[in-house]
Amino acid sequence: MWERIVEEAPRFFGYYNLIFLLKAMGVTFALSAGGCVVGLVLGFGVAVVRRADGAWLAPLRWLLTLLVEAFRRIPFLVTLMLVFFGFQVLNLDLSIFSVALVSVCLIATAFIAEIVRSGLDSVHHNQWDTAMAMNFSYLQTLRYVIVPQAWKVILPPVFSFFILFIKDTALASQIGVVELTYAGKVLNNRGFSAALVFGSILLLYFILSYPLARFGAWLEQRLAATRD
Amino acid sequence: MPQLVIEGLSASYGPIPVLEDVGLSLERGEVVSLIGPSGSGKSTLLRVLIGLLPPKAGTVWLDGERLDYRHGASLRRLRERMAIVFQQYNLFQNMTALQNVTIAPIKVQKRPRTEVEAEARALLAKVGLSDKLNAYPDQLSGGQQQRVAIARALALRPEILLLDEVTSALDPELVNEVLDSIRLLAAEGMTLFIVSHEMGFVREVSTRVAFMADGRVVELGEPAAIFDRPREVRTRDFIGKILRH
Repeated sequence: MWERIVEEAPRFFGYYNLIFLLKAMGVTFALSAGGCVVGLVLGFGVAVVRRADGAWLAPLRWLLTLLVEAFRRIPFLVTLMLVFFGFQVLNLDLSIFSVALVSVCLIATAFIAEIVRSGLDSVHHNQWDTAMAMNFSYLQTLRYVIVPQAWKVILPPVFSFFILFIKDTALASQIGVVELTYAGKVLNNRGFSAALVFGSILLLYFILSYPLARFGAWLEQRLAATRD
Repeated sequence: MPQLVIEGLSASYGPIPVLEDVGLSLERGEVVSLIGPSGSGKSTLLRVLIGLLPPKAGTVWLDGERLDYRHGASLRRLRERMAIVFQQYNLFQNMTALQNVTIAPIKVQKRPRTEVEAEARALLAKVGLSDKLNAYPDQLSGGQQQRVAIARALALRPEILLLDEVTSALDPELVNEVLDSIRLLAAEGMTLFIVSHEMGFVREVSTRVAFMADGRVVELGEPAAIFDRPREVRTRDFIGKILRH
């Protein structure tokens, strides 16, 4: 096997293949980053609305709960197909990349909403009571009291989700998005050995996710250190 | 006119009634203490007054204004005039002692930061914590945390302070430092509504004492009357039990 890899390597790491791989890596990165950022923002919003009281919000809370519970349970691949065919039915002419991006955002939002919800719930209810008795509004309570304490609980599962998520974007290849896994398949089909191709793909996934994991660890440390 | 009037107040946790037809009034500058067995509704009464548990029935007047506990604006107004200190201190864990005291005056009452901080330092000095301004709650003893909580409530400039078993969670040697802070407030003429199991303290500091059992005020009177000449059998039983040892 080694001889074959050594023999193939110069051809494999040729200019056009490298460009092809880097572009695919860019797509994987864009899908992951898009999902993480949008998921974090919207997931936070969903959790905050679901935690709010106020009768007029009830229909919205109900709808959000339904969506969160649904998208956490539907397999990623099925979500991709749903969005793909959903857009077709609506006659919306979106690129397959957009379809994949919408799907990853939906999934990330659902999962992160649930992580944030459990994080907010982890703060002792007496902190809510006290803030309320001191006339804090709901959003002031969240901003000054609850979220600063919930971060420590929210961050580790969020980052572990992000890292799972980078790998899950590989499923977008199933609808034809040329991301890392798809690129690997293409190169493999062109005759390069699986070990060489997917070994390289593995390395590129690692390059994407390792800094994220380090960043998460750094953030956790920093937040934990504020109380020493 | 009394500062606070409570009439026919009832409340329940789910289907379980915890307050039934409670009536009581506090004059300005009075110190009224609630005593009674666990589960008699003392703490619940304070929670209802500050709007953490909506009442089922009854009315509360504050300076002649009828409070509406279902109405946000009314709740906000009453919380501008009443503050509560909890049994478990409930300091905001993510803030230093000083931040705990200043956050609501600055962010909620929108008062100028420099003025609020100066006042907070003075309040923390008053409860003997000048050297703990930048300590986080988990770096403070229970007694110190409770004194921060008292300073925090006072920083809101309340007219009435509700004290919910503020020494119950403290080690015995820490109780007095907190009681001293409260004595100081009583001497300054702040209206205090106290739930306490410290009978010696209650007797010393209160203008009147209410004995509660099963969600009702059973007997109300001056400390000497309640402790030495209780009229009701249940009061006599309770006083007898706690004063025996």
